[in-house]
Amino acid sequence: MQSLVIVAHGSHLNPDSSAPTHDHADTIRSIGAFDEVRTGFWKEEPSLREVLRTVEGDEIYVVPLFISEGYFTEQVIPRELRLDGWDVSQWDSDGLSADHAVITAEDIDRTVHYCGPVGTHEAMTDVLVRRAESVTGDSDVGDGFGFAVVGHGTERNENSAKAIEYHADRIRQMDRFEEVQALYMDEEPEVDDVTDFFETEDIVVVPLFIADGFHTQEDIPEDMGLTDDYTKGYDIPAHVDGHRIWYAGAVGTEGLMADVILERAADAGASIGDALEIVREQTRSAEPAMGD
Amino acid sequence: MSVTLDSIEPNQFDAFLSTLSSEDVIAFDDLYVRYEPKTDTYEFETNEITASRLSESELHEQARQASDYLTNWWFWSEVVGDEVPHLFAFLRFLEDGDEHPVVDRYAALADGMTKAWGQLQITTTLAQDGARQYEIRHVDDHDSSASTLDAYSDPLSARDISTFDGKGRYRPLRTAPSLPTGWVFTELSARDAYETVDTFYPATIANWYREHQGTIDIDHWRDTAERQTGIYGIIDELAYDAVEHVAATCCTDSQCLKRREWQYDEETPLHAEGGDGIFPCREPCSLVVAAARKWTTLEREETETYTFELTSSEKEQIEDIIHAVADDETDDIREADVYEGANRYRARFLREKRMDEHGHLIEADAGHGHSDHEQDTHEE
Ligand code: SF4
Repeated sequence: MQSLVIVAHGSHLNPDSSAPTHDHADTIRSIGAFDEVRTGFWKEEPSLREVLRTVEGDEIYVVPLFISEGYFTEQVIPRELRLDGWDVSQWDSDGLSADHAVITAEDIDRTVHYCGPVGTHEAMTDVLVRRAESVTGDSDVGDGFGFAVVGHGTERNENSAKAIEYHADRIRQMDRFEEVQALYMDEEPEVDDVTDFFETEDIVVVPLFIADGFHTQEDIPEDMGLTDDYTKGYDIPAHVDGHRIWYAGAVGTEGLMADVILERAADAGASIGDALEIVREQTRSAEPAMGD
Repeated sequence: MSVTLDSIEPNQFDAFLSTLSSEDVIAFDDLYVRYEPKTDTYEFETNEITASRLSESELHEQARQASDYLTNWWFWSEVVGDEVPHLFAFLRFLEDGDEHPVVDRYAALADGMTKAWGQLQITTTLAQDGARQYEIRHVDDHDSSASTLDAYSDPLSARDISTFDGKGRYRPLRTAPSLPTGWVFTELSARDAYETVDTFYPATIANWYREHQGTIDIDHWRDTAERQTGIYGIIDELAYDAVEHVAATCCTDSQCLKRREWQYDEETPLHAEGGDGIFPCREPCSLVVAAARKWTTLEREETETYTFELTSSEKEQIEDIIHAVADDETDDIREADVYEGANRYRARFLREKRMDEHGHLIEADAGHGHSDHEQDTHEE
């Protein structure tokens, strides 16, 4: 029996924090790729401490719904899940390349496949692009558009910026958007000055965040000048300094994120049949039609 | 009491025979059946019947007559199964499976057997074939007709129902006694009943089961505090008395329905009430850890002596306001009920009279307010 456990941060204050985790879990449940799909949280319930004891499978894949390798994926999650003898060297990662480690979870005395975070998987690049398609309502968006990937910056750890650069590079290599730029909230180049970095009139801005919250709903829209007061909302696109800004909100809310979760588990050896194809199609048709 | 079901389904008898052919013996609840290969006959025993040397067709007839026993075996071994021990134990608990004989239990199930689990009321009944069906609703809706409640059947709906309380406020603690009312899950299968409860109250069944087995792993305050890193690394500074306050503040039944089993440490119990809940709390939860971080920084402050002048009614009013907030009663105080100290007009009057333009209490002697406020750090 094969189980998927999605672990995420969650929040005591903001119910939107865990909403994407539940949504993606539901998507994966609905296609039956795993016998069981469970979610566990640092701040909500079931807690990381107790989620494994609710899991029934003998092949358990734990996928962290986090943006980058760092404090949470390397210390907090393994400690709280009680992964016996965990050492970050088991991932043998350069900060972007964690794939998975097989390790015994003391709590249940069963082995689990502890996967790298979704944010650094290459499939995440496609989710960023899909997010651009969703927000513009154009599945061919690219021509005449600039693309900004936004992250926290190095505030907590340098790997978070690595993930942003990595995906910005990959989008650049697609040759699909006119210009691609990585921007940060708390360091240069700053998202506040977004319009300075683009020649194109249209700019899609996608924050590489797992969930919408304080940063993506309040700070970034105000910093970019989409609105003076986030509580009043903003237009999509919004007109700023002669540019049209298509602000997408957290990439993690995009339905295609379920695909990255599945990829992580599949890379760790889960057999998921044609789940990837199904998810890619299903999450596409689920998008609201906008524009043409 | 007579049997409540007088037939068995062909698939139930087939499952029965095939188990007997592979295992020779079925012994479950009050049913004992044995296959004797030498004579190709069966021995059949319940609380009412003892029969031996039965042919297969006689066995079938016996089983039909004792259908309660047979469907009971079928439900527990074929429908539920023992692969997930805590699921099995929980469903048994719902019908006092280990306490009452099958026939009595079937009689009770015909009317429905009801158990409480936190704020859930779970009622077990029998379907036609002896499978159990479950209904789950809020305990406060026990008198409501199901048709007046919003009906659900998908266990995952419990997630949305329990995200906000009756006033629309986010519930960060799933076991807080603030579950909204007005909904019902009907005709749930055994598995879905389990999943529904586990969604309302995650991991409570697994922990309850471990406690029953004597294998519950308690992490006391010190264990939990010492394990923390990052911004929570400081909570191990909290003194014993402060931990008492934390437990009394957060873990009593009015705040959380888990029964706190963690203590200060293995040797040092806490005296705060842990509650009477049916499911245990095995370690300080993330909400308590996050709040404890704030208390740790607050507890670092030294006390100072202030002199404020208050009438005795004003002092009482401040006490009333603290109680009203602490007991979540501010919303219940009517706008014009100026007899309540925590009434809005009363509080505004007090503020006008006793506070300066910066919102600080005016001190009697110096008149200098303490305006240096510690910057609140955003919770991560
Ligand atoms: S520590 Fe346990 S008992 Fe206390 S509030 Fe948290 S879950 Fe409830």
